Amino acid sequence: MKNLVKAFLLIITIVTALIFTQKDSYCKEPYKIGAILSVTGAASFLGEPEKNTVLMLAEQINKTGGINGHPLEVIIEDSKSDETQAVLAAKKLIEKDKVLAIIGPSTTGESMAIIPIMTQAKTPLVSVAAGASITQPVQERYWIFKTAQYDTSAVEAIYNHMKNKGIKKVGIISITTAFGDAGRKALIEMAPKFGITVVADERYGPKDTDMTTQIVKIKSAGAQAIINWSVGPGQVIVTKNWHALKLAIPLYQSHGWGSKKNLELAGKAAEGVIAPLGRLVVWDKIPDKHPQKPILKKYVSDYESKYKSEPGTFGGHAYDAFMMVVEALKKVGPDKKKIRDYIETNIKNWPGTGGIFNMSSKDHCGLDMKAFEMVIVKNGDWEILK
Amino acid sequence: MTLFLQFLFAGLTTGSVYALVGIGFNIIYNSTSIINLAQGEFVVLGGLMMWFFLESLQLPFSVSLCLTLLTAAIIGLAQERLTIKPLLKKGDLLLMIMVTIAFSILIRGILMFKFGKDPYTYSPFTEGEPIEIFGAIITQQTLWVIGITVFCIVLLYLFFNKTMTGRAMKACSLDVKAARLMGINVSKVVMLSFLISAVIGAIGGIAITPISLMEYDKGAMLSVKGFCAAILGGLGKSRGAVVGGFTLGMLESLTAGYIHSGFKDAIALLIMLFILFVKPAGIFGKTEILRLRKF
Repeated sequence: MKNLVKAFLLIITIVTALIFTQKDSYCKEPYKIGAILSVTGAASFLGEPEKNTVLMLAEQINKTGGINGHPLEVIIEDSKSDETQAVLAAKKLIEKDKVLAIIGPSTTGESMAIIPIMTQAKTPLVSVAAGASITQPVQERYWIFKTAQYDTSAVEAIYNHMKNKGIKKVGIISITTAFGDAGRKALIEMAPKFGITVVADERYGPKDTDMTTQIVKIKSAGAQAIINWSVGPGQVIVTKNWHALKLAIPLYQSHGWGSKKNLELAGKAAEGVIAPLGRLVVWDKIPDKHPQKPILKKYVSDYESKYKSEPGTFGGHAYDAFMMVVEALKKVGPDKKKIRDYIETNIKNWPGTGGIFNMSSKDHCGLDMKAFEMVIVKNGDWEILK
Repeated sequence: MTLFLQFLFAGLTTGSVYALVGIGFNIIYNSTSIINLAQGEFVVLGGLMMWFFLESLQLPFSVSLCLTLLTAAIIGLAQERLTIKPLLKKGDLLLMIMVTIAFSILIRGILMFKFGKDPYTYSPFTEGEPIEIFGAIITQQTLWVIGITVFCIVLLYLFFNKTMTGRAMKACSLDVKAARLMGINVSKVVMLSFLISAVIGAIGGIAITPISLMEYDKGAMLSVKGFCAAILGGLGKSRGAVVGGFTLGMLESLTAGYIHSGFKDAIALLIMLFILFVKPAGIFGKTEILRLRKF
């Protein structure tokens, strides 16, 4: 009898303990953060992996007890790749959901559109788009950060590599989209700094079927190398044309080249193509002691086992943005101003998927050309150039 | 010289596809007086279905080819029977053209659903090194594209001039009422014209995909360019579409080569406008005939 009572009391203690600990972790108010992503529409190739990443990370964090016991609530808004929708989404997240910070939007145009709203509402924004104008001029972008590398850093990485190889004259070919425009501008503006002359400046449309003419023209202008700046099928067509023409000058691609899909599509034609790529793409080839390695390994394998596809650099940008906000929340709690200050002053030597971030009051991106590895295609796989 | 030749080859490649799409426009225009704006979608359909049979199902080349053409034919047929036939009696041309736009959006949507937004490709018909002609380089697949286009043109010429069915179709294009009085089944002719156009579009898609890759939304651009080719050569004239297509392709390539690639589309279309100022009915069209038609 005595034993029975003892057992009964024990059970009650355990159960109450369980209830209280449960209460402890779930009665605290949830931390809300918003995400505006182009899940559908023209930029859905960006928004899709970004959304998946954010959902996956939020789930992981809540499984391990949330942030200091507070559950994390992520509210994802689909901007449909449209600036107006992005603005509406930002207003809704700030006014109705009262989020502490917003991640996204996926494109430069949408990010630019919501900057005034974020600034006015004094809410931190960590954009996952690449355009330099998102965080520059930095004194006007007090509340704005971004995690995607600058186009100019990719250009620097390419030109640096060319300088070492003794390439002095380049021909550039770019797609007539915002991405191509930005890259073209950076390529032309930065060339003199590296003692490089741009001898040809060619364009093509996003749905063009053949770029032979442009490439032949670049070669005949006396270029020692071709740089193609595009995302989408254009970069594969350029590669195929370049290969077929057997020009004996190297082809450089932008940082948009980093998808295994491109290698599949271009096949043998891709051999020898050089591009500056984030370490996310070549994570299995970087040395084990590199600070980014464990993060990349965990992220890529988690993502691939959950979604059965590669996260790509874009998913990585969302990872970095999300983790920065989460870390700030963990350290300073639910205070918008403190979150902003934390990101600006404490994200130093911070390894993410896009590179090692060094935020400061002068730079709200925190990445430079060291975020890229120069990668060459060899035997249908990437190989890091030393 | 080498440079010029290289630009010429590039122009011929793109021109071939424009020509094939243009011919498709013409065949349907001749039998119904409508512009089938879903024409470019059949090119995409050809490329993507070919990939599906060849790479995804791993079927042999000839089987994939037949199945792809069959699929295109069935969809062309469905388009005519389900969307055009019920409206043909009303005779509202504008309405029917709108319906073809709707159909093109439908196909694009289905293709996106099935294939996603990624581009697809498969290996060229014949493996091997590109061929050098006077220093200019031409890939084997480019030769295939041009060859297939020429083959289609010859075949269509023979069909329309030497066979009874072909002649019946030609008769319809000249005068539908007279053709009907002569005992020609006009409804069947219209159906056949959609079927042939669909197959021709698909052939173009199958041939071009190894060079230019194919993704679900390439059709709209091809429709516009093919339509330009047809107008340039004279709407309704089959050789017009061929000349128009090659001219347009060449104009684009030469502009990109000698002026600037950024102006490629603009200048090509400007020259096209200029030709139409001088000859409003296109290179081969007759202004008198143009006046008699509603469109």
